[in-house]
Amino acid sequence: MTNFLVDGKPCSGKPDENLLQACLAAGLDLPYFCWHPSLGSVGACRQCAVKQYANEDDKTGHMVMACMTPVTEGARYSLEDPQAAAFRASVIEWLMINHPHDCPVCEEGGECHLQDMTMMTGHAYRSYRFTKRTHRNQNLGPFIKHEMNRCIACYRCTRFYRDYAGGRDLDVFAAHDHVYFGRHEDGTLESEFSGNLVEICPTGVFTDKTFSARYARKWDMRGAPSVCTGCGLGCNTTVNERAGEVRRIVNRYNGSVNGYFLCDRGRFGYGFVNAPERIRMPLVRGADGKQTAVSHEDAISHFAAMLGAGGRIIGIGSPRASLESNFALRTLVGAENFYLGFSAHEGRMLSLIANILSSRALHIPSLRDVEHADTVLVLGSDLPNAAPRAALAVRQAVRGAAFELATKANIPHWQDGGVRTVAGEALSPLFVATPATTRLDDIAHTALRAAPADIARLGFAVAACIDPAAPAVAGLSADLAAQARMIADALLAAERPLIISGVEAGEISMIQAAANIALALRARQKSVALMLNVPECNSLGLALMTNGQTNFEAALATPAALVIVLENELSRRTGNMAIDAALSAARLVVLDHSESPTTQRAELVLPAASFAESGGTLVSSEGRAQRFYQPIFTENDIGAAWRWLSDACRAAENNECEGWSTEDDIVAALADALPCFSALPDTAPSEDFRVAGCKIPSEPHRFSGRTAMHAGRNVREPKPPVSADSPFSTTMEGYYGGEVPPALLPFFWAPSWNSVQSVNKFQTEIGGALAGGDPGVRLLEARTEAALAYYTGVPESFAPRPDMWLAVMLPRVFGDEEQSARAAPIRERMTPPLLALNDKDAAMIDATAGQLLECEMDGELQSLVLEIQPKLPRGVAGVAGLAAKAHAMPAWIRITKAEPGTP
Amino acid sequence: MLSSVRTLWYTFLHLFQRNVTVPYPEQMPYLAPRTRGRIILSRDPDGEERCVSCYLCAVACPVDCISLQKTEDEGRWYPEFFRINFSRCIFCGFCEEACPTYAIQLTPDFEMSEYIRQNLVYEKEDLLISGTGKYPDYSFYRVAGLAIPGKDKGEAEGERKPIDIRSLMP
Ligand code: SF4
Ligand code: SF4
Ligand code: SF4
Ligand code: SF4
Ligand code: FES
Repeated sequence: MTNFLVDGKPCSGKPDENLLQACLAAGLDLPYFCWHPSLGSVGACRQCAVKQYANEDDKTGHMVMACMTPVTEGARYSLEDPQAAAFRASVIEWLMINHPHDCPVCEEGGECHLQDMTMMTGHAYRSYRFTKRTHRNQNLGPFIKHEMNRCIACYRCTRFYRDYAGGRDLDVFAAHDHVYFGRHEDGTLESEFSGNLVEICPTGVFTDKTFSARYARKWDMRGAPSVCTGCGLGCNTTVNERAGEVRRIVNRYNGSVNGYFLCDRGRFGYGFVNAPERIRMPLVRGADGKQTAVSHEDAISHFAAMLGAGGRIIGIGSPRASLESNFALRTLVGAENFYLGFSAHEGRMLSLIANILSSRALHIPSLRDVEHADTVLVLGSDLPNAAPRAALAVRQAVRGAAFELATKANIPHWQDGGVRTVAGEALSPLFVATPATTRLDDIAHTALRAAPADIARLGFAVAACIDPAAPAVAGLSADLAAQARMIADALLAAERPLIISGVEAGEISMIQAAANIALALRARQKSVALMLNVPECNSLGLALMTNGQTNFEAALATPAALVIVLENELSRRTGNMAIDAALSAARLVVLDHSESPTTQRAELVLPAASFAESGGTLVSSEGRAQRFYQPIFTENDIGAAWRWLSDACRAAENNECEGWSTEDDIVAALADALPCFSALPDTAPSEDFRVAGCKIPSEPHRFSGRTAMHAGRNVREPKPPVSADSPFSTTMEGYYGGEVPPALLPFFWAPSWNSVQSVNKFQTEIGGALAGGDPGVRLLEARTEAALAYYTGVPESFAPRPDMWLAVMLPRVFGDEEQSARAAPIRERMTPPLLALNDKDAAMIDATAGQLLECEMDGELQSLVLEIQPKLPRGVAGVAGLAAKAHAMPAWIRITKAEPGTP
Repeated sequence: MLSSVRTLWYTFLHLFQRNVTVPYPEQMPYLAPRTRGRIILSRDPDGEERCVSCYLCAVACPVDCISLQKTEDEGRWYPEFFRINFSRCIFCGFCEEACPTYAIQLTPDFEMSEYIRQNLVYEKEDLLISGTGKYPDYSFYRVAGLAIPGKDKGEAEGERKPIDIRSLMP
């Protein structure tokens, strides 16, 4: 620790910190703009000026920029020095010269860093009397609103977008006080991380367009700590609610998981919660064949009657439902009748992943660990599309080489300009082996294009190169053998190698190969990490729930009298014909939140809660169990699926879920029943947690309109709802402050810090873990004594077939995930389904780009637009934008050109 | 003791003063324009709704009796609904103080008793008047930087024409 004096008071900071960080960590309020913990310092805005004194006798001192000053032992600084304070006030005054008179009509207002800093420096009146420069705005697509007049030219946006996230289509144009931050022309921002501009930009230049459409101020929205349901990574989010609607999703800092950033699927994919196709009432199919709404009681008694009617009852769980709901269904139907709602192929991959990870032989990295890996091998995963936040973490990992060079040159890592100057283009090795190009290729040392089987063989070969005990690959081509050698050498040279694969690779042997490489490195005493992505927010949790027996298609093959489907759209999991055959004779109960073909064929539909109307626990691909909380309290019948199921259980006089009245009860039961979940109750404080006898308020202390928002219906104010499952009060009453455990932070807010930058006040060190520890419990921590044997199933090398193509799924960040694909802004970003072919293959069937092709998949004819991808291996056809048919891939297909004139 | 006697004495003296009670409602009292009575929403000099739906009145209101929802029409913010629950309002005038556009104003009218409490809930139709109220000249959008129909970028007061970012001139 380095000790120094600020205004005569002793402070201490870490030697690798700059003075600004150290001051903020010490709880001092020092204004800043251009610095960001993830982006480092460039000293551009001059807002963080402080005085530094040479020694005790130096009374004059000299001005330094805190963000560009390393803390030195025994140094003396002053924030309060009148000259420094006046300097900071005049910096703000200059920045505000051209600032429009916009706060009332600015989406940033009330949580604006510029407002906060202006207040902090005390610049209250404009003395500038001349005209202001103005800019025209751009249309940046469905996510981001642009209002360039408000820019203070801090450069945070381009530094994030270009330097941090690797985007190319946002830049700075023009010169001096004309600088303009935008695209070269109007158009949608391409990066899947564009939403972070909303939080990165300290002003209202970039704001959330989806939020603006149903705008409310930060102080007017209830906040709930939540977990993104967009993919398996489990990024932490805050869901903001007002008047029964989800208004927006913002990042919730978790030092080990998502840090400061989310992807656009997670941020903008919430629209389905508010959509009209939500199921809000229980529906029963009457004698006339139509589904009609019934009361809660009638629905339960109908359900109980169905349960009591006898015959085989099966339950199909869901990877997008909470552990609690899946467990409730499992309890209701009995473990032997509970089937995981994966497609057969996905189920096999997930049970493999569950086996590898629960062997505990290998370290599963958190996203923070990923950022610190020094050599990365991606086997088959298109990360930017399948697990976007992980791709962003990998982008930071490859900067390791740059930081190493900086260390050698004695440049602190926060010195962004310096690091970039000494490091040039230096990147740590990243190897990407996928069938199609990915958006990580630009930073890859080697980007390999091969068919899935060949990638798996490469992986097996790498493992064999590292550890001769690993199964060897027979008949490997010289080319692949050389690549394998090179990758193996790089991994062996690394200190923290990382192997990434996942379900999106679509190939079981690829996951086995990834595991083998990690095991081989472990055998060579490397501290290796293995990241295996899963597609949905609770895929891993569900896979851990039953060891192995997963195949619900097999379950459907034997006739059942009653099928209970939990939050699952079966046609995304298996062919429609199989479903028709299985369900024609069975009675069907579906619990889900939105209308789907599966709910439409049900006899009884129960309105299950989405992530916004109930709490629950999800297990991310890291094996991290995380709790999400309820922001919306509705008066309708929507309720957590586990509540519906346990009500039915009781009504059917099954006493297994007798004691479940709150979420804590069911979590305790789950932890008892399944040993792999025994740590679950530690995920978050229990529902009777209090700070000094107070609940945690879910509404900010200046939540407005309490006595008017419901008065349109009835002037008598309703009693506030009660959150039975959590320590939150549903109002502004309670304790909010430093003692709130991090898993329960409903928003980040601190005195004088109204913007999201207030997260500084909740961290142990700036950019580090949250005070009290990052939320979530890692269920599958590696153990040194644990062992896992090598996988031996090396596949045959890929052999193209005449007139046939191996259809593989190419993931898409927008549209693949079922729920977010219902949100209008996400739909705008979806592209029509396409089929990608190598140019030579396309020439073989004499087709040109843009042409409509047809192929039979899963017994149905699919029309797809041809895209030529010259890098794609021959004999492989990439199918994108057809996630609903993902269960039917990989498969050999025939491709024909659509008859002209057919749609 | 002494103070009680003094109070009685002053009260006694009031017997000899002029009567201030007026026969209301036959004779209406004079109320200065600043009197804090029934709240209205005014229009700007161009006849457009002044309220820009900034939520500042709502947050300033100590009894939380103002509720509204922002919506937008070609860049112009305005309230989709705007509701005041006058059965809660304490006529403190904080909303008027907070309003950056002079939209919300308290007027000298206080005659708004109702037998049914629900009738004290006023919606935007009930609040919006057709004039500018106490402030005849101010128009927020003429000052603000947002472009709205009829006022492009650079056309607000004190603004220069928008920058041509492709120009190389200093
Ligand atoms: S960016 Fe901040 S200071 Fe500028 S108009 Fe918006 S809220 Fe006001
Ligand atoms: S747009 Fe925002 S982040 Fe970018 S330079 Fe301007 S103020 Fe900074
Ligand atoms: S990376 Fe996945 S979990 Fe994270 S925000 Fe995006 S969709 Fe959500
Ligand atoms: S403060 Fe004025 S402009 Fe803002 S919402 Fe209230 S009435 Fe409208
Ligand atoms: S934050 Fe230090 S100069 Fe910008």
